[in-house]
Amino acid sequence: MMRFMLLFSRQGKLRLQKWYTATAERDKKKMVRELMQIVLARKPKMCSFLEWRDLKIVYKRYASLYFCCAIEEHDNELITLEIIHRFVELLDKYFGSVCELDIIFNFEKAYFILDEFLMGGEIQDTSKKSVLKAIEQSDLLQEEDESPRSVLEEMGLA
Amino acid sequence: MSPSIPLQEMIRAIRSARTQCEERGVIQRECAAIRAQFRQADNGARSHNLAKLLYVHMLGYPAHFGQMECVRMIASPRYSEKRVGYLGAMMLLDEKQDASLLITNSIKNDLSHSNQYVQSLALCTLACMGSAEMCRDLAPEIDRLLRASNSYIKKKAALCAVHIVRKVHELGELFAPAARSLLTEKNHGVLHGAVVLITELCERNPEALERFRKTVPDLVQIMKGLVISGYSPEHDVAGISDPFLQVRILRLLRILGRHSETASDAMNDLLAQVATNTDSTKTVGNAVLYETVLTVLDIKSESGLRVLAVNILGRFLLNNDRNIRYIAMMSLQKIVGTDHNAVQRHRGTIVDCLKDHDASVKRRALELSLALVSASNIRSMMKELLLFLSSCPPELRAQTASGIFNAAERYAPSQRWHIDTILHVLTTAGGDVRDETVPNLIQLITNTSELHCYTVHKLYRALLTDISQQPLVQVACWCIGEYGDLLLKGECQETEPAQVTEDDVLDSLETVLQSHMSAPATRGFALTATMKLSTRITDNVDRIRSIVSIYGSCIDVELQQRAVEYNALFKKYDHMRAAVLERMPVIEKNSLGQTNGESAVEAIKAVQPATVKQGEPPLPLQPANQVCDLLDLLGGSEEPLQPSSVQSGTASGLPINNSSTAGGDLLDLLGGFEPTPAAPAPAVTVYEKDGVNLTLLCEKHSDSGLTVTLTASNSNDSDISSFTLQAAVPKSVQLHMKAPSGDFLPARGAAKVTQMVVLNNPNKVNLKMRVRISYTSQGSACQDTVQIDSFPGL
Repeated sequence: MMRFMLLFSRQGKLRLQKWYTATAERDKKKMVRELMQIVLARKPKMCSFLEWRDLKIVYKRYASLYFCCAIEEHDNELITLEIIHRFVELLDKYFGSVCELDIIFNFEKAYFILDEFLMGGEIQDTSKKSVLKAIEQSDLLQEEDESPRSVLEEMGLA
Repeated sequence: MSPSIPLQEMIRAIRSARTQCEERGVIQRECAAIRAQFRQADNGARSHNLAKLLYVHMLGYPAHFGQMECVRMIASPRYSEKRVGYLGAMMLLDEKQDASLLITNSIKNDLSHSNQYVQSLALCTLACMGSAEMCRDLAPEIDRLLRASNSYIKKKAALCAVHIVRKVHELGELFAPAARSLLTEKNHGVLHGAVVLITELCERNPEALERFRKTVPDLVQIMKGLVISGYSPEHDVAGISDPFLQVRILRLLRILGRHSETASDAMNDLLAQVATNTDSTKTVGNAVLYETVLTVLDIKSESGLRVLAVNILGRFLLNNDRNIRYIAMMSLQKIVGTDHNAVQRHRGTIVDCLKDHDASVKRRALELSLALVSASNIRSMMKELLLFLSSCPPELRAQTASGIFNAAERYAPSQRWHIDTILHVLTTAGGDVRDETVPNLIQLITNTSELHCYTVHKLYRALLTDISQQPLVQVACWCIGEYGDLLLKGECQETEPAQVTEDDVLDSLETVLQSHMSAPATRGFALTATMKLSTRITDNVDRIRSIVSIYGSCIDVELQQRAVEYNALFKKYDHMRAAVLERMPVIEKNSLGQTNGESAVEAIKAVQPATVKQGEPPLPLQPANQVCDLLDLLGGSEEPLQPSSVQSGTASGLPINNSSTAGGDLLDLLGGFEPTPAAPAPAVTVYEKDGVNLTLLCEKHSDSGLTVTLTASNSNDSDISSFTLQAAVPKSVQLHMKAPSGDFLPARGAAKVTQMVVLNNPNKVNLKMRVRISYTSQGSACQDTVQIDSFPGL
């Protein structure tokens, strides 16, 4: 199971954090700071895996963003790299050639995509098409919701 | 989807702030505005405000005042508000917050909502931050969704169930039937969720594991379908069909096949197929292969399959991708104990990885290399390890040094090699070695008397080059002190001759004494060494006298004490000086961890006549309560019994232990006593059970002294090991047991074990002895006691 996923920039700014275990706010901050320091200090050609506390950290850099996941002892590191890659592909398809600014200005959408892809630290659906379709439908639902409704509609009579 | 303009403007404003202070100002203003908006009645911009707050929270600023707003928004009928509300709940309300319970009802309602996307929100939130209470409340709902809904919801419900089981283990029972039926679904998402759920259930509950073993054929079938099937565009990743599902199934198969022959057999073919057919050019393929290898190595697979798995790991080791090499070494580490020979074949590659630039790869390579050291490759491996030590990152040095010492200890081909290796380590990484290295090395040196000359020359030379590495300096000082005469003689077979004068030697020792780099302990070594040289050199005794008297007023109390004592040795006790400072006897080497090493150091620190400590081994570390147990058994008529000092089964020829109470008496007994050959009295069988036979033979050798010989033999078909005897006798009787001849009883009486017990009964009480027999047979430990009331021949 994935314990948490972090996205941060080369300057050490956190862009997304998703925690799949209950952790105190103070501890979260400490862990994020520590991990950012460790990962940002690694040189480009180094291994994508490292051991930290009792977890395994899998990280990958895409342009200016670091995608960093913490997995447990029994999890497969190589498939986690694939999970990270799949998430980036989803973001890319959704935003159309995604860059860091997209994730900054539309952070809540990045979260929605992540929540459609992973749940409780595990993959929900292994089909890219299926995940993208679900997000598309949810967005449509949100749009319908936001567009003005007639009085009758609000009362549920039309 | 239309962007939320106010949110983006705020983000822009925050990002354009040039200083931290400016940013704080912007955020404070925004938060105030948001708070005001929250207090207002329902307005159209609620979701935007909450989103703004969440952004602020992500930057690290406090956002707890948004918690109630989240609760309210979740209860709203509008999807856009629910969406942000649930997101806020996942970010701000973890189970430690009280407000989290307030959303339980909303979640419950939303789980039965007509719109599946609303249901999805509720499921996701519950799986992310549901507390144990919430899980208990909502578990029946989740179970219902697992059975009767569309596949979109089913897959989410499965993962939600996983979270529930993690929080409340007992609820696993509830989901087991539904999980089983989900395996028949076609939808990959649902299958994946089902496999994860079953994995979780099996890991938590051994009974569930037993039941789910029956699903192995179904799982094998699904895997086959994935591996053999044609191209499926929806799930294809670089030519592999749904690698995520494949990996999960393999992991479940691992858990199911782990301790079961039948299950392992059922998956053998499949694993072989996956291992050979999976394309390993991309990471995806390697991920599946990796999982396959882990599974093969963990279940009861047949040897051909195991060889295939280890070969895959070998191929990984040669892969260009550093990640794959790292993975390979991690897996090899796990099996180096069981499949040692297979891993040995890849030793060359592993040793090459020691030179990799990545610290994690280096660490893995080091651990694996140390595990692969054996008697046959010790020389070449040690060369590599020493090379590594000189260039390794500082955090790995201590581990490398101790690994090298252990390996040298076990497989040293010659004494000289051993000493050379240790010296090499001390010169390269002296600061990172453990404390007991110094006494261990000293013990090693004293034991190799033929190399004393060589050693002292080498150490002297090392001392001349560098006095910063404390352990090295300490050993060097000690050796120079002990073997200074050999150093001064000049000639040495093993190394080039060098002319060393007495002044040179004293100069070097004085440098150590005066250097600011020397630790107090090191200076102590140097001072004692200087003193010892006073009996080994001829011309410069006065110089030594002056050095010693100078240090009589040293600030360091330890040094001062030594100097004062040595001064006294020069002045008042000059007649004893030669005897006190003579050559140390060879230190008896006991098993590792015994206090022998320390007693040698104590002998160095305290200048005492060497005779008392000579050859006396420390008391063995036997737990006292073991013997007291025996005493308890003998409750009743007799007076309380005297414990016997028990011998451990090491047949290392240790001289007899003195029991604490006996003291001087027993020394006499020891002095005058010699084991006599078998007396005319016949041997009596005192114990016969489970194939173990114990006979007793007595002979009197004095008025109150008696020797009892216990002989044990084993008539079983299986060998007996760790055979030990313990004895207790009445209080006034003195007892001690000599070392047994061994502790191994081969089957069918092929050999016997004898142990002699010497008894002294001065008060002529009624002699009884209770003997406890303990041994290990066929893997299980056995214990029995027998009371001996009559001693024939008495």
